Parts: sequence; structure tokens; C-alpha cells
Amino acid sequence: MSHISSKSAYYAIFGALMALTGVTVAVAFVPLGAFNFPVAISIAITKATLVILFFMHAKYSSRLTKLFVGTAFFFLAILLGLSLTDYLSRRFQTYPGGSGGAGYATEPPPPTLPEPEPSEGEEH
Amino acid sequence: MREALRQGPAERDKPVMDSTIASPQVTYLNHEHTLASWLLTKDHKRIGLLYMGVVTFAFFLGGIFATLIRMELATPAGDLVSADTYNKMFTMHGVAMVFFVLIPAVPAILGNFILPLMLGAKDVAFPKLNLLSWYIFVIGFLFTVYAMVTGGVDTGWTFYTPYSSQASNTNVMATGLGVFITGFASILTGLNFMVTIHRMRAPGLTWFRLPLFVWAVYATSLVQILGTPVIAITVLALAIERFLGFPIFDPANGGDPVLFQHMFWFYSHPAVYIMILPPMGAISEVIAAFSRKSIFGYSFVAFSSLAIAVFGFLVWAHHMFISGISVYAALVFSFLTYAVAIPSAVKTFNWAATMYKGAIWLKAPMIWAIAFLGLFLVGGLTGLFTASLGVDVHLHDTYFVVAHFHFIMVGGAIMGYFAGLHYWWPKITGRMYSDIWAKVAAVIVFVGFNLTFGPQFILGYLGMPRRYHVYPEEFQVLNVLSSAGASILALGYILIAIYLVASIIRGEAAGNNPWHATGLEWTTQSPPLPHNFAEQPVVTEEAYAYEKREVTVG
Amino acid sequence: MADGAVAHAHDHHHADLQHHFDTLEQQHEAATLGMWLFLVTEVLFFGGLFLAYMLYRVWYPEAWAAGSLELDITLGTINTAVLIGSSLTMALAVRAAQTGMQKATINWVLATMVLGLTFLVIKYFEYAEKVEHAHVPGWLGGGFDPSLPRPVELYFSLYFVMTGLHATHMVIGFGILSVIAWMAYKGRFTREWNTPVEISGLYWHFVDIVWIFLFPLLYLVDRAHGAGM
Repeated sequence: MSHISSKSAYYAIFGALMALTGVTVAVAFVPLGAFNFPVAISIAITKATLVILFFMHAKYSSRLTKLFVGTAFFFLAILLGLSLTDYLSRRFQTYPGGSGGAGYATEPPPPTLPEPEPSEGEEH
Repeated sequence: MREALRQGPAERDKPVMDSTIASPQVTYLNHEHTLASWLLTKDHKRIGLLYMGVVTFAFFLGGIFATLIRMELATPAGDLVSADTYNKMFTMHGVAMVFFVLIPAVPAILGNFILPLMLGAKDVAFPKLNLLSWYIFVIGFLFTVYAMVTGGVDTGWTFYTPYSSQASNTNVMATGLGVFITGFASILTGLNFMVTIHRMRAPGLTWFRLPLFVWAVYATSLVQILGTPVIAITVLALAIERFLGFPIFDPANGGDPVLFQHMFWFYSHPAVYIMILPPMGAISEVIAAFSRKSIFGYSFVAFSSLAIAVFGFLVWAHHMFISGISVYAALVFSFLTYAVAIPSAVKTFNWAATMYKGAIWLKAPMIWAIAFLGLFLVGGLTGLFTASLGVDVHLHDTYFVVAHFHFIMVGGAIMGYFAGLHYWWPKITGRMYSDIWAKVAAVIVFVGFNLTFGPQFILGYLGMPRRYHVYPEEFQVLNVLSSAGASILALGYILIAIYLVASIIRGEAAGNNPWHATGLEWTTQSPPLPHNFAEQPVVTEEAYAYEKREVTVG
Repeated sequence: MADGAVAHAHDHHHADLQHHFDTLEQQHEAATLGMWLFLVTEVLFFGGLFLAYMLYRVWYPEAWAAGSLELDITLGTINTAVLIGSSLTMALAVRAAQTGMQKATINWVLATMVLGLTFLVIKYFEYAEKVEHAHVPGWLGGGFDPSLPRPVELYFSLYFVMTGLHATHMVIGFGILSVIAWMAYKGRFTREWNTPVEISGLYWHFVDIVWIFLFPLLYLVDRAHGAGM
């Protein structure tokens, strides 16, 4: 009926997961600046992929199952990504003590009365 | 056609016994009688009826709140209720109608009943889970009713923070809990249906032989599974902030109230597709049957259902154009909102094209379907008005928006529900209702509906804001028209209840297939056997093979 | 697609075949598909919290770093190892059930439960330490530490909601596994039918995956600097 993995396959995956955990902790102490976050997330995604493919047998499951797994993360990406189109493009005032966030200009241009001339092309 | 029907159903569709006396056949309704056999049933057909009971009650509850709203708005002054009470009225009207009527109506009632029959299956994939879904739904409903009777909630059905999380001293928690719980019923139903459609189709029933109602229910299930969890976590976060004081959306601690709106609308926009897709599926069935033609562009309609489900997840922030989101994001969402209208338009064209040169049979279900086409068209087009970013700055939070979504939700979803209900009623109950009265009711509802919501477009355009119980005097005429329309609408609904109940008591026996329609559900008896089919059906033809089923009038 | 035409004669008499399915295989496919779909909903359920986390981390990187440094990285790492170990034991439990080994199934399930319990105990100690240091937001802990910048309370809101929701799922998983252990003890699982073990395994692995993301997001925000992202 279902695919039965060997015990050694499971132990191998376990070993890989533990190793990756060690790596992610070690790298966390290495100052990589803005890269710390993507590295940590990439390692987490790798670990999750291993669990999904091998512990949860997704690799040996139907195409439909794989489609469902992909769909979940696709829509999660939409939730996060499309929301980011708002948050990364907002000119926001963060709480005093915050760093100004995404690095866009936080000073809105001073309000002006509408000019009679048509050509403006003002940048924000 | 009229001649043939006065003589009773066609020969091959006659039940075995004489149709004028109560048939002694075993049906899902009569094979067990005890209360336990209903409350512990695993039969999808009985579960569909259990949902119908609760949803109908919720509809009347929401209708009572609507009545109070329209009574207040008949005069410009706030003389019927206080502002706070009025806030509770529209909140509870919205909560009852959205979560306990529109979301479950077609999927949980008609979907539960008809889907396994359409697939040639004995039941859904997880019958016990199906029953559990109903209980979860009822428990959520009870929490919400409790909230309503012990003081109500006044945040709007949208529960925006920080009012809902900090300032409102009404039953936000109980209502939120009710919504949270009932969301799981929606999730589990969607899960059940998806697995059923994937794994329990009859032999020969390939994807492209499926009736379009199945495609619609499948697309709906997709939305239920992907979207509902997000409102669950949103309401949970709101409850935690309100009850434990954990700052999540609280601006005083650096939180963002608009985050609540992003999370809320990520579900609540796709939710409107949960509300409209299954009725669209019912409309496909009805138009095919009563035009005696296969739906024009079958695969386009099928794929449009999926497209609506997927695109529907990309447009949520069009509810937030003036909430303080970035204008660049607003541009993106405005563009995507135009895109999501396209598959709906494709469907509407295809339904009309189906009717063109069809043999139209104007029975009650078809009247509802035709009404749907017109009203959904208006609702959809006015959605484009509000999708346009600049226009929405003027129209947002006015009665234009209220009219737009009522045209879709009532003119579309509810009419679609009634079309399906009238179409499948003979299958569900084994009885025919009075077609004359059904048509009269449809016309009354149509007239009442247009009178109620048509003026609201003008009111909104003129600037009357929504969610206010007072308004300037110059708006009174239109408001009075709207309130008058609402009373006509109410009469229409009550009339439907009367003749449908009457049909159960003394309606003519329906026979297997009173509409001579295609579809596996019509090959079995009415009401169906407890396990649906005497033998496993096998499918060998396309979905709407009406050319093989000529019925002569004579 | 359901293929009822191919008859599995012995299935019709199999005690575990439910009446609305034609074959055990169809039933098994439906059950696993159903559980995967449920896990899809769980991804989106936790996903909302990840959205909130992500947004605020972008806005308040220093507060996020400050909050993260208050967490015990040793305990967090141990917990990660414990949970990954429990995924291993769960996978082995499913394998034992699939190969018809009743005793091994029970033992591996119990091992999973022990590891899960270990995780929860460690979590309890972590929470207790947070209470002690006035890092509990809102009204529960008697007031948040006023010396920290305001957004740090936001960080801990998300910390408690995310780990609390995760822990709730673990408790539920613990309950499910005790039922599985009991059923295994009663000899309910065979080579032909062991679906409950398999789908419980899917659930358990999912709970592990959530933690695989929570750990770096909560514990490893800025261990290198002490400030900034």
C-alpha cells in the first residue's frame, strides 16, 4: 500500500536534521549583518523540506498530495508577500526608538497647494 | 410542456407506485424516526436538512435586525433606537447573515445533500466528520446568539481594532468565539467535499464529465480550506489582545491596527467567493436543465470557478483603500481586483449563451436563475466602480458599497440558493411545490429587492454614509423607498416558506426526475434511498447530454 | 480517481472498511488526503501569526533583537533536538505499524510521547523564567518590564501566542498519541490497516515543522550583535 522506508533512511534524515540545527545555532553567532535572517530561514526551509519529503512520505505520495503541500506554502507566500507590498512601500512613522524599518524615505514632502502649471512629475 | 405535466410526470420518471397516494418506498426520511436517528445521523442528506434548519433560523434572525435597521432609516432622525443600539443592529445583521447564512447556505445545505448523489457515491468521504461539522456550526451559532441576547456587539461584523480590542464594551469575545468555532465547521466541510470529489466519483465520472455544481463546490472548498484558518487566527489574536491585554494590534505599543484589517480581509474577501461560487454552480445546473442545453463553454465555466477561487485571494486590500495602506499597494490591489472580475464575467456570458436558442422552460427555478443573471450583473459591474481606486475614495463607506454587496449577496447568492432549492426540492422532499406560487414569490422578491437596494446606489453616490442611523433630510425619499422595498422583500420570503412547507404536507409526488434533467442525482428515487443508489451508477456520457433527452410536449 | 470496478474481494468483509468506501485502498487514500488538507489549514492558521511577526520585525529590529536575547538559547536548542527526535520516533512508529510489529509500534509511540512531554516540561521552565523577569505582556504577569522599549512587549506577545499555540497543538498531539498507543495495545493495527498511526504521524511531523521555523525566528534574531538585524 504505502511506501515503507528503511530504518537507516530515517536515521540518516534525523542526522541531517540535527546537523542543520547545529549549523543554524552556530551561524547565528556569526555576524553576517542582513544575511543572518535569510540564512536562518533557508536552513529552516531545508529542515522542513526533509521532514515533509521523508518523515511525512511526501516524496512517495501521490502528485495530488504534493500539489496540496505546494498550494499551502504558495498561499502562505501570497499572504506574506502581498501584505509586504503595503508594508514595504508605506511611509510610516515608527515608534520613537524604532529604526525606520524598510529604509524608504520617511519624510513626506511638505503639503503644497495645487499649482496652475500642468507639468509636475513629482517624485515621492 | 404544460400539457405533459398536467398528465403527470413522463412515463419513465414515474415512481413505481401510484403517485396520488403516499408512496410506501423506503427513503432516507422514513427509514428511521427517532430524534437520535436525526441528531446522530451520518447520512449526508439528513445533515443537509439539519443545516437547513439552523440556517433558516439564522436568516430570520438576520432579517429581524434588517427590519429594525430599515425601520430606523425610514426617518432622518435617530428616533427608533440610539446610535449604540443601531450599531448593534447592523453588526448583528452582518454577523448572522455572513457567517450563519451566506457561508453555509448552498455548500452545507445543497452541497451536503446533492454532492454525493451527483458523484454517484453513497456518502461523503468522512460522514462522522460531517456530523461533527454540524455540531460545531451549531455551537458557534449558540455562542453568537448568546452574545446577541445578552447585550449584543457593536463593532460591525468586521470587528476593526482598536475599537473591538480596547474600546467597545459589548460582547466582542462571545461573538468572536462564535465566529472562531463556526469557522471550523466551514473548514471541515470543505475538507470533506474536496476528498469526496477527488476519491469518490463513480466509475466513468471523469473530471470533465462532472456537473458544474461539483466544480463550483470544489472551488469553494479550496477557499474554505485556505482562507478560513486566517480569520480563525485573526479572531484568536483579537481575543487574546482584548482578554489578556497582549498588544498585537495596539498602536500604543507600536502595533498596527491595519494589520488586523489585512488579516481579517485575507479571509473575508475570499469568503464572498465561498458565498457566491456554490450558488453559481446551482445556476449552471438550473440554466442547463431549463434551457435543455449543455452549458456553453463548459470547460471555461469550470476553470473560471477555479480562477475565481485563486484570484479571490489576491485582492483583499481593496477593502482597505482608505485605511492607511500605501497607495502603491492600493494600485496593485485595484489592478488585481479588475482581474478577478473576468472569470465571473466569463460565466455570466456563458450562461446567457446557454439560454440563446435553448428550449426555455419557464418553471420557478428558471425564474430565479434569470433574476440571478440580471442582479448579479449589476452587482458585479458596481464592484468595478468600487474597484477603481479613485472612485472608491468617494464611494467607500457609503451606501453605494452596501448596495453593491447586497446585489451580489442577496441578488446573487440568495437568489442562486433559491434557484437551487427550488430545483432540488423535489429530490429532497419527493414533493412538488406550487409552481404558480413559486413564480409569484420570485417576482415579489425581485421587485422588493430592487426597490430596497436600487435607491441605495443613488444614496451612496450622493454621499450618504453607511452605519449611521441619522442622515440629512434630503435623503429621506430614497430611504423610504428602500424601507418599503424591504417590507415587500420580507413578504416574498415568507411566501416562499409557506408554499414550501405546504408542499411537504400536500404536494404532488415528484417522481425520480420531474425536470427531465441530466445528472446522477435524478436517476434515483425522490426522496433518495438511505444509501442513495440501489446499484453503483456508471457514467458514460458528458455532463449535460440534453440532446439525448428530448421530451416532447403534447 | 475512485476505481470501484477492480474488486478487492476480501475488502468487503474487512472489519475496518467503512460502508461508503469500496476498497481499503480508497479509504486509506481518502484518510491521508484528508489529513494533508487539514495540515494545509494549519499552515495558514499559523501563517497569520508569521505575518504579524514578519511585519513587526521589519519595523522594530532592535526591539526584536532585544526580546530574542532574553530567551534561553540552550533550552531552545535542546527543545529543537527533542522535537526532531520525536519526529524520528514517530516515523519509526509508523514504520512498525506498517510492518505489523505491534510491540515496536507501542514502544515508538510511547517514546514519541515521552519526548513530547519533555519538550513541554522544558517550555514550562522557560515560561516560568519569563514570568519571573516580568516579560509577560498584558495583564497576566502583573505588568511588563518597564525598562524595556515598548515594542519588546509586542515581541513577547507574539512569542507567547506563537509558542503557546504550538504547545497547544502538542498537547492535542499528545492526546492523539495516547489513543494510538491504546489502539496499538489492543492489537487494532495490522499490515493491511494502520491508517490512524500514519495520519497521526503526519500531524505530529507538522507540529515539529512549526517549531523548526519558530526556533530561528524567536531565538536566533540577532545573537551575533546584540543590536540591529
